[in-house]
Amino acid sequence: MSDAADRLSAMLERIPYARFLNVRAELAGDEMTMILPFGNHIVGNPMLPAIHGGVLGSFMEMTALAQLQVKEGQAKQPRVIDVSIEYLRSGRPLTTYARAEIKKVGRRIANVHVEAWQEQRAQPIAALRAHFLLEQVEAPTEG
Amino acid sequence: MSDQDAIRHNMAQGMSQGSPYAREMGFELVSMDNGAAVMKAEYKDIMVGDPDTGVIAGGVVTGLLDHACGSAVHLAMKEFKIIATLDLRIDYMRAAKPNKPIFAKAECYKVTRSVAFVRALAYDETPDDPVAAASAAFMLDSSSGRHRLAKPEAKS
Repeated sequence: MSDAADRLSAMLERIPYARFLNVRAELAGDEMTMILPFGNHIVGNPMLPAIHGGVLGSFMEMTALAQLQVKEGQAKQPRVIDVSIEYLRSGRPLTTYARAEIKKVGRRIANVHVEAWQEQRAQPIAALRAHFLLEQVEAPTEG
Repeated sequence: MSDQDAIRHNMAQGMSQGSPYAREMGFELVSMDNGAAVMKAEYKDIMVGDPDTGVIAGGVVTGLLDHACGSAVHLAMKEFKIIATLDLRIDYMRAAKPNKPIFAKAECYKVTRSVAFVRALAYDETPDDPVAAASAAFMLDSSSGRHRLAKPEAKS
């Protein structure tokens, strides 16, 4: 378990954008919670203030990637094919948490759902559904 | 440009300069029209999502598209309203080229009383070879919910 936790934090530590967002992950068995501390650098609207929608999207996308890493142990980072983000409540100046659920892992495609929340798990602030390409056999644009 | 146009353009411009995240990322509005915006971000090391290739994180593209779409909504409205992203769907066609600026071109093609609809493309060299495509819906005048949230007695 600590092996997986070490691999995970090493992975996040290596990604400059993850360092910029200041995200970290906590593991309980194979259940992972990603944590996004609040900071001024992630604010979208300073008047409210509210966390930038793009940051919440990024954070949930990273949660999905990290969960895939934990479950599948991919050597190469899976590539995002598409994401669909639902914004349910504004992201307040608080710590944000996210958990991912891998709905399907096929030969080439993984489908992952993520939910992000702040004070109450039952009141998510945003949700994401994503497809990932697991193997970079060939880029889709190269036909 | 009429006074009203100027005000709207200031709003859209202010949206990128007033947002700390957009400032950190270097999002810059480079072209504005009625209901249309082009946003640019220079390549920065903090954007990198894959340290092996130097390709920026998908999340950075997500943020740029969200921001460009929001700006297009401001440029499509006759008056200033607080807006909030309701949903954002993105298809990623290919990786953005490392060390190149990335652009997002957004078009707000319909504004109703409560909702605005936007589509956008992200590209590094030409919109004909996009990095990603987005479609988004925004709630207009989304402040009412937040006022309720702000009241301490309503917060449980």
